[in-house]
Amino acid sequence: MTFEPKIVGFLCNWCTYTGADLAGTARIKYAPNVRIIRIMCSGRVDPAFIVKAFAEGADGVLMGGCHPGDCHYINGNFKTFRRMPLLKRYLQQYGIDEKRFRLEWVSASEGDRFAAIVNEFTETVRALGPMQIGHEGVVAPQATEGTAKPVQDHVKHHAEPRKSVQATV
Amino acid sequence: MPKLKIASYWASACGGCDVALLDLHERIVDVANAADIVFWPIATDFKYADVERMPDQNIDVTFFNGAVRNSENEHLAHLLRKKSKVLVAFGSCAHMGGVVGLGNLFSRKEIFDAAYTNNLSTENAGLTMPNLETKVPEGKLTLPEFYNTVKKLDQVVDVDYYLPGCPPNPNRIFEVFGAIVAGKLPPKGSVVGASEQTQCEKCERKKSEKKIPGFKRLATAQPDAETCLLEQGFLCMGVATRAGCEHRCQKSNTGCRGCYGPPPGVYDQGLKALSAIASVVDADDEATAKAMVDAIPDPARYFNRFSIAASPLHRRSV
Repeated sequence: MTFEPKIVGFLCNWCTYTGADLAGTARIKYAPNVRIIRIMCSGRVDPAFIVKAFAEGADGVLMGGCHPGDCHYINGNFKTFRRMPLLKRYLQQYGIDEKRFRLEWVSASEGDRFAAIVNEFTETVRALGPMQIGHEGVVAPQATEGTAKPVQDHVKHHAEPRKSVQATV
Repeated sequence: MPKLKIASYWASACGGCDVALLDLHERIVDVANAADIVFWPIATDFKYADVERMPDQNIDVTFFNGAVRNSENEHLAHLLRKKSKVLVAFGSCAHMGGVVGLGNLFSRKEIFDAAYTNNLSTENAGLTMPNLETKVPEGKLTLPEFYNTVKKLDQVVDVDYYLPGCPPNPNRIFEVFGAIVAGKLPPKGSVVGASEQTQCEKCERKKSEKKIPGFKRLATAQPDAETCLLEQGFLCMGVATRAGCEHRCQKSNTGCRGCYGPPPGVYDQGLKALSAIASVVDADDEATAKAMVDAIPDPARYFNRFSIAASPLHRRSV
């Protein structure tokens, strides 16, 4: 089986999420690997969200916010660029390659750039291979086997309707 | 009423927790009046075999300090769980992995290399390493197995209560002991002997709007004794740490180190502190902000000083 990277994307409502929306409405084709979580501001993303994504099986995390100076909340993303360089070094100390975490400023008009970033990041993570978390018999908080299984079932469950959608298009 | 039977055990620990028990000073007499100590390796002469001979649930309360680093620690954790009605994770190591948990950023091989071969003060030409079994003319000698990963107590056995601190404040220990004697313990799984509020909420230093002008270190600068340490640029974990220790560190003019663990509802103490502290550095452009937070040389081991084993990543990936 080929490795398909699972990437979690935290995208700010006002810029990057809207940029992703633009990529969609413009029908730009790009890698489907990013699972997008819409947040109101990149400054709302606690570093814990990113670590939780990794601890529960993400191979990469993409974070998107407004360009500094363009923040809908004036300086919400200032908090982002103050925290993330420190978090990057924290992750490295835990053995997580810094290339698995990417912070990008994407505005609402940059749909093509969003698609290019996702494509590039997906290939970077693909080259790094699956994430190896060193739990060694210790289960990450809230990531027990019991909860991991229904996720797979959920994917299977949705596989059918997707096919039928494809058939009608 | 029959006297309570209590025990205290040190697993992978420095001994400071047991000393904190002794720091009850004359109040230890009150403890001895209310309870019999049936097992306490640092102070009494009971052997493991004495514990093994006890009927199950014979001990009323066991205070277990230290992390689980080797097979001996793990064996005793299981044994004392079986023999005790109430098991208390006592001190930061049992609660969150503690300082011992810092070893989770290294592998067993790296630790052995540093300890036995690859350091300046050790001559070990024959590369002698600890073996689990060694044959000598008199018979077989054994050592416990050193694990690759440190675990906190509740990653090994079921734990009833957590009493945080490195070491726990003796006043809190005495209060918890009083609650045990009075039968007034909170629901299972509670953190006892600590506040639900953070250090900052109870800290008496002067606080204004948080803006960190740049980070300083105690080795090269001296904080004043009045103002919030963070506002002066000295790292302090108070923002993400429970109160209860009576601010021992801040009162000696040094930042909180976080030994009392996170307040309720926090996913990870280290990440919470990292987030809170980094977000208030006084920098309004990316390059300055990066340069400022780069002045924190070792984020993982600073912010998770006592809590790597409890952190979501748990150890460095290998």
